[in-house]
Amino acid sequence: MSTNMLLNKIVRPSRNFVKLGRQSKRLCSTHVERKKSSDNSNGLFTEEHQQLRDTLKKIIDKEINPYVDQWEQEGQFPAKKVFKTLGNAGLLGVTKPTEYGGLGLDYTYSVALAEELGNINCGGVPMAIGVQTDMSTPALAKFGSDKLKREFLAPSISGDFVSCIGVSEVGGGSDVASVKTTAVKKDGDYIINGGKMWITNGAQADWMCLLANTSEGPAHRNKSLICLPMNLPGITVAKKIDKMGMRCSDTAQIYFEDVRVPQDHVIGEEGMGFTYQMLQFQEERLYGAAATVQPLDNLITSTADYCRQRKVFGSPLLNNQTIHFRLAELSTEVECLRSLIYRSVGDYVSGQDMTRLASMCKLKAGRLAREVTDSCLQFWGGMGFTNEVLVSRFYRDFRLLSIGGGADEVMLSIICKYMNTLPKPPKQK
Amino acid sequence: MSGFRILVGCKRVIDYAVKVRVKPDKTGVVTEGVKHSMNPFDEIAVEEAVRMKEKKLASEIIAVSCGPQQCQETLRTALAMGVDRAIHVITEPKEYESMQPIHVSKILSKIATEEKADLVIVGKQAIDDDCNQTGQMTASLLDWPQATFASKIEKSNGDLSVMREIDGGLETIKVKVPAVLTSDLRLNEPRYATLPNIMKAKKKPLVTKKPSDYGVDITPRQEIVSVEDPPVRQAGQKVESVEELVTKLKEAGLV
Repeated sequence: MSTNMLLNKIVRPSRNFVKLGRQSKRLCSTHVERKKSSDNSNGLFTEEHQQLRDTLKKIIDKEINPYVDQWEQEGQFPAKKVFKTLGNAGLLGVTKPTEYGGLGLDYTYSVALAEELGNINCGGVPMAIGVQTDMSTPALAKFGSDKLKREFLAPSISGDFVSCIGVSEVGGGSDVASVKTTAVKKDGDYIINGGKMWITNGAQADWMCLLANTSEGPAHRNKSLICLPMNLPGITVAKKIDKMGMRCSDTAQIYFEDVRVPQDHVIGEEGMGFTYQMLQFQEERLYGAAATVQPLDNLITSTADYCRQRKVFGSPLLNNQTIHFRLAELSTEVECLRSLIYRSVGDYVSGQDMTRLASMCKLKAGRLAREVTDSCLQFWGGMGFTNEVLVSRFYRDFRLLSIGGGADEVMLSIICKYMNTLPKPPKQK
Repeated sequence: MSGFRILVGCKRVIDYAVKVRVKPDKTGVVTEGVKHSMNPFDEIAVEEAVRMKEKKLASEIIAVSCGPQQCQETLRTALAMGVDRAIHVITEPKEYESMQPIHVSKILSKIATEEKADLVIVGKQAIDDDCNQTGQMTASLLDWPQATFASKIEKSNGDLSVMREIDGGLETIKVKVPAVLTSDLRLNEPRYATLPNIMKAKKKPLVTKKPSDYGVDITPRQEIVSVEDPPVRQAGQKVESVEELVTKLKEAGLV
């Protein structure tokens, strides 16, 4: 956490990930049975991890993938229903404390879960799940009061509540310190005014983990995280934003006008909001990167299959060296990313700081996702340009990876910080 | 009033979603590095047993799997679904290749007797060899009544009334307990093993036995001569009209 603090000071532009997407990465998945590339080749995973993945796979095959096309068309997936199914299977609180319905397991389980979520045939649903499990709830689980955890965390783990995280605003996403929304104390309550932008799950959420300014003063010490029920008077969900990808995930713009919430809804200590928010970033980034590898793998496999069947000038397209070599190259890159993720997870689980590696994972995942989807789409030719195939959906959905959850450039700044190559910010007087 | 003690069979098979490939030497199919899972019909059997326990009709459920070491993964899944304890009858992978329903039936009947089971429930068949023999032979060895292809099981007085899918429709029969049942596809829809239950399953007892512990000799009595892919379907052709079709059929000597 000390690193986080550093980051804040220097690179404040931490991604505020939240909103859209960080995790969006998962995307694709295609059909095609996959060889399990993750097996226990790394020592991180046990038989229980595999069983967890099997259960999730069954839910995906039965309750999610058959409906994804419809959800994409409708521009929203039924978060309540899907989350309840996942909550019943114990999948929404893997690393959360057992007192609130979680399982208290280590982070490797979260990563196994994230990887398997990559078998969902779109980026939107896994992203929404990630917001619930790894973005809007970690700070509450770590620093929230018992009362707050009972009221908001427990139902989010059981799948009865849908949550969202309110950090980004119209004026800034990656620059978390520039948040303008205020929460002013009055008669034992906070009165909240302002607005949030790019809020994933925003149109369906029961509560928001809100970052707001609770006092004047230095930007890194005047903010607090507040559990905000979304049904309070004064909250307006202005619109669902029309996006290029992640179409089945609702992304909202939200306004607050004199919204009144009790002061005991603040998570942990007042003024620590920025710090808490920074702390959650590591897990989120890693989670996001982990959710990217399976879809990319699936995409490469399905592209090879397609090219094997498609005949051009009398022979399968796949026989062109430029194609099979390129796919081999991409597959190699994906395995490199997977290894980096596992290494980061290993560090994290053993209690070491993984900020640097996690930032690299996030950066690489975003860039590689663009590279793989673009290359594969090319091999699908005209078909790749239609909405009939998954590759085009992933091409659109995964573009977000380099933007949401801390843009590539923010990741680069963090890495530079660790390399001691980042220029110092101008002194603020 | 204590409920039945139920024995369920859990065969580990190649996952239904995997495209099965024949080994180049034609001695069998490729199993290495291939995803395996519990035979889906056995999953239905486990689910039914668990539901009976939830309805207080059963007091204890014991799962049995015969085969190599990895069968324990299958048993853990059964334990995560709600089975109380498991028995793994371990064999060498090589021996397992030649293991037949008769061997498994002998083992199951021996365990049923030893454990004083009131009911044995197994899938109607396994999706790998499609034998559809184990339940029937187990009933015969135990000299118990059997109710195969069950699509509904209800307790009526001390007995069971079982609805079965037969060619002409549905048949309901009554069987006296102890009995052997085999599950059909529509008996129930198996639950997911939830993560909390997967973790709890780690702590449930699983004992390992050998076929010889039950006095069963699994020396092969048959030899696999060759395993072949099914013939590839020939490409068809389109015809413009019924007349053309009839002409073609006549040419081919089919009408």
